[in-house]
Amino acid sequence: MRILFGFLSGLLFGVGLVVAGMSDPAKVLNFLDLFGTWDPSLAFVMGGAAVTTFLGYRLVWRREKPLLLAGFEVPRRNDIDRDLILGAATFGVGWGIGGFCPGPAWTALPLAAPGTLVFLPAMLAGMALATLMKERRTAGARA
Amino acid sequence: MPLDTITPFTPLASTLGGIMIGLSAVMVMALFGRIAGISGITTGALPARRDDWSWRLAFVLGLIAAPLLVLAVTGAPVAQTVSGNLVAMALAGLLVGFGTVTGSGCTSGHGVCGLARLSARSLVAVLTFMATAFVAVLVLRHLL
Repeated sequence: MRILFGFLSGLLFGVGLVVAGMSDPAKVLNFLDLFGTWDPSLAFVMGGAAVTTFLGYRLVWRREKPLLLAGFEVPRRNDIDRDLILGAATFGVGWGIGGFCPGPAWTALPLAAPGTLVFLPAMLAGMALATLMKERRTAGARA
Repeated sequence: MPLDTITPFTPLASTLGGIMIGLSAVMVMALFGRIAGISGITTGALPARRDDWSWRLAFVLGLIAAPLLVLAVTGAPVAQTVSGNLVAMALAGLLVGFGTVTGSGCTSGHGVCGLARLSARSLVAVLTFMATAFVAVLVLRHLL
């Protein structure tokens, strides 16, 4: 059940990215190009997604627990720390260079463009490196 | 960088696609009680990391299958222009991977789910990555 519904959720997310045009890095880069070939479409993707999620979450949270796992696990942190700012800033630069954020990078995989086949492993390597550094720091803080 | 490709303004299709992304995020919360952040789902898709990894791996497979489903249904190939500058794409991938894990989220986790939760952290993250992305494109397309 978890696997089936996990797959269907990912499929719906991915079809949404394709329908929205966000799976095309050219469209993403044009959204980011305010002073050139600006295409404001992505604001509508973010708006449609955030409003739908805002309304849907409020319905879902009336339940005591999710359908397939023991409990809700929602981030509770409220502090604005250095990692949040530096991480987001780093991500933005990469997004502006390649036009891919993680979701569209996955949906691009079956089309197998050379740029995608280089981007995806590099992204996974970056994630592994950051995870390792985070774990080292928490281990160091505990010692 | 690829030459500037003009893409058509698609407010209706983009809103519709956005609603589908939102419905998927609501599904993930209703079924698994988790945030539908793709960077977090990606890092949590390996058995070694967390005990509830299997739905995450299946979610990633669903993302990969999505363009094939669209192709099968519409018969039209998915429009896509990816830069052929492989050095730039490798650098971009590293920055995106490193940045999303360090900053605890990406466009979906902070942008869609975080804003829907009215999280101050996510709002700061979104404003930050939008700003540096705008600057990166400005520099690469207009100043270099």
